[in-house]
Amino acid sequence: MPHPSLAHASDLLFRITLALYAMAMLAYVAELAFARRGLIRSREAVPAAVAVPEERALVGAGAPVGGGPLPPAPVDRSAGPSSSRRLTFGLLAVGLVGAGWLVHAAEVITRGIGVMRVPWGNMYEFSSAICLVVVGAFVVLNVQRRATNLGVFVMVPVVLYLGLAGTVLYARAEPLQPVLNSYWLVIHVAAAIIATGTLMLSGVVSSVHLGRRRYERLVTAGKAPGFSALTRMLPDARTLDRVEYRIIAFGFPIWTFAVIAGAIWAEAAWGHYWQWDPKETWALISWIVYAAYLHARSTPGLRKWAAHISSLAFATMIFNYYVVNLLIVGKHSYAGVKVASALSALH
Amino acid sequence: MTETTERPDPTDTAARAALTTKPVDVRRSTPARSPLQHVRSGWRRLTSMRTALQLLFLLALGAVPGSILPQHGQQDALVTTFINTHWYGPLFDRLSLFDVFAAPWFAAIYLLLFVSLIGCLMPRIRLHFRAMRTPPPAPPRHFAKLPRSTTWQADTTPAATLDIVGKALRRKGWRVLVRDEGLSAERGYLRETGNLIFHISLVLLLAGVAMGGLFGYKGEIIRTPGVGWANLLGQYDEQSTGRAFRQSELAPFSVTFDSFKAVYLPTGEPKTYDAYVTYTTHPGATPQKYDIRENHPLVIGGSWFTGGTKVYLGGHGYAPHLRITDPQGNVVSDDDDVFLPTETTNYLSEGYVKVTNIADKKQWFAIHGVFTPTKAKGVQGQIISGFPAANDPELLVNALSGDPSAPSVYDVPAGMQQLLGADKSTTAGLRVGDSWKLANGYTVTFTGITQFANFQITDDPGKELALVAAILIVVGLILSLRVRRRRFWVRARLQDGGRTVIEAGGLARTDPEQFAEEFAALVERLRPLTGATGPIVEE
Repeated sequence: MPHPSLAHASDLLFRITLALYAMAMLAYVAELAFARRGLIRSREAVPAAVAVPEERALVGAGAPVGGGPLPPAPVDRSAGPSSSRRLTFGLLAVGLVGAGWLVHAAEVITRGIGVMRVPWGNMYEFSSAICLVVVGAFVVLNVQRRATNLGVFVMVPVVLYLGLAGTVLYARAEPLQPVLNSYWLVIHVAAAIIATGTLMLSGVVSSVHLGRRRYERLVTAGKAPGFSALTRMLPDARTLDRVEYRIIAFGFPIWTFAVIAGAIWAEAAWGHYWQWDPKETWALISWIVYAAYLHARSTPGLRKWAAHISSLAFATMIFNYYVVNLLIVGKHSYAGVKVASALSALH
Repeated sequence: MTETTERPDPTDTAARAALTTKPVDVRRSTPARSPLQHVRSGWRRLTSMRTALQLLFLLALGAVPGSILPQHGQQDALVTTFINTHWYGPLFDRLSLFDVFAAPWFAAIYLLLFVSLIGCLMPRIRLHFRAMRTPPPAPPRHFAKLPRSTTWQADTTPAATLDIVGKALRRKGWRVLVRDEGLSAERGYLRETGNLIFHISLVLLLAGVAMGGLFGYKGEIIRTPGVGWANLLGQYDEQSTGRAFRQSELAPFSVTFDSFKAVYLPTGEPKTYDAYVTYTTHPGATPQKYDIRENHPLVIGGSWFTGGTKVYLGGHGYAPHLRITDPQGNVVSDDDDVFLPTETTNYLSEGYVKVTNIADKKQWFAIHGVFTPTKAKGVQGQIISGFPAANDPELLVNALSGDPSAPSVYDVPAGMQQLLGADKSTTAGLRVGDSWKLANGYTVTFTGITQFANFQITDDPGKELALVAAILIVVGLILSLRVRRRRFWVRARLQDGGRTVIEAGGLARTDPEQFAEEFAALVERLRPLTGATGPIVEE
């Protein structure tokens, strides 16, 4: 029997998670703001003639950094109140993310117990589970010390994504439709969630990677970095490229497995393993574009396009998740979502 | 502690390039002169990575219209509407945009991609076999140029040192070759093996898909309880067969549909659907019972590798039972009549009963019915259904006179005349047991309700091959992304003081950070084995 009280508790935990993540996001923004101020102050302190070469050395353009650790972010060298405030906000953000993630995990688990099934039966639940993976993978990156200053770029999309889930996509705790009632739901959807979560994180990394590369190019050329200055605090483009590759190399086989598990389930449920259902088609499109990324990255002449390709692959994932799930009629359509019927009623 | 020197990451150096058997990216070859050279340069361009990537993108792009536009075979009615309502509809149709995945241009893209893939694979397979039989290359002259290198001193002789190191490395799974000038070790061949397995399996997958398309078949059949069918193509309401399919390959089974059960939640959401059947695998076999439900098809025949024929529950609906008697009281129709659902949430259904077994063709007529399992009123006062189960069923009937034969069982031709009831009524709302007398003297009685089921029968002899290929794809992919190929060299020479100087160096093509850790750990392990006595920092 389902437990409505647990499902209620889960809804409450969802709101707490969202609040904690939102606060973490703000703390990251504050951290970045103080870091920038610190940087500006430190640059004012040194003569302009010295500042430019220093910047060049830091971005590592021209001089390869090798496999060693990153040069520390410029601000760490500038002592002063903004630096310590930055540290405070940074620690606060990490703490909020950690606490948020634990509450988030509790939310997903209570939802599962509340409905007596795996907690990924509708889009609200998928979104929540995917974010759990994104934030979890981000925490792992932090532990591995590969995510220096990535926080704000990860938490903004996470908060947006969860916010959409809690409002537009929200669905009451209900049992599953008969067609979903299979152990393949556990396997296929779990794999899809893990793969989507990690690939989404890689999408964030590849986007900032592109920004950072632009920043490095402009700064090396002695031009104003413009918007790309947002990536000033990030690790250099080389490192971001490596992080991006690692996440995709982890997520891509899982995505492959998810598509195959989906095909096996389709064979058991609908009679054929591949029917060119819109969702299947887009899963394949994302797969193809990620495959193109891996090929481009391992080919010297094409490597410069790799980050563009993985950003495109990420865009196809997002398209598949929102547009195909909600607007295109297929076997993966989510009847539990009001927006679909509302939008189709508009037509 | 060991002093490990770090050097610039030589991504583009020859040493690193030597670790890959990948064909060089051909951008633009020199202008070809003879036809043979033309063919060669064309082939080189087709099998280049650049072309492969372009084809990959074309394939992804080509699939997009297939997911956005309605497709033949999935939404035929929508396709027709689209062609008729958009001025560019016929143009799209001519470009096969409503049948993308069977379109010649789509096939051209993936076939070219696979030709490019095979062309790329052949030399790689050859090179990989050669690489696996080739011993690791001799140590480079200057270890200092390698991404990782270190030096230490020991008291063992150079030969003994190399022997000890070789044994230790072999035990850890390295391939080792000891030469006069030093020791070479290499591991991680599985990376390329996995890579090749992945790409070969893609070709196998395509073969499996093609086999299914050539030798498989699909059929669809609607049955009411008590009725069955034998597995013959003529029996099916709809069917599609592969190009190389032969009727004699059909499994000789037969199925009788016994009953259907649907369970709904109080909200109207479906919980379970079960179609109970009795089947025999071949004529004369013992009949067996089976419950066909979602994710639980009936499987007939097949072996460990061939899946056999599967019977799925594809859909269901209501079949009101109507008895029609002529003015003399003779029964002219007494059947469960399949009514197709007009919506599948609450199963408001519609259907016809055609009376054509009367000698005088002018007397022919049809009964049109709208069936609501749970009667409710719509916003405009029309009859709708409020719940999918038959809690408060009603059948709303009217009658039409004329020849109702065409166009299908579920439709009547236009231009039939209205046939009134004996009491001049145009329609009648019937509950189970009610009758309606028509002006022509016939009587319609609603005697009961059953539910029909729509069965889908599929046989795809290529799907097991496709499954094996899919598993190999995942295995190959994991190997090619997880395993790292790396080389390790050790050189030992006698110093003037009678001690041995040991140099070690290594490189990995991918993931230099992780290799740095591995290299450090390896050196840390080897140093005590060789009886090390402190590091030397080299200039």
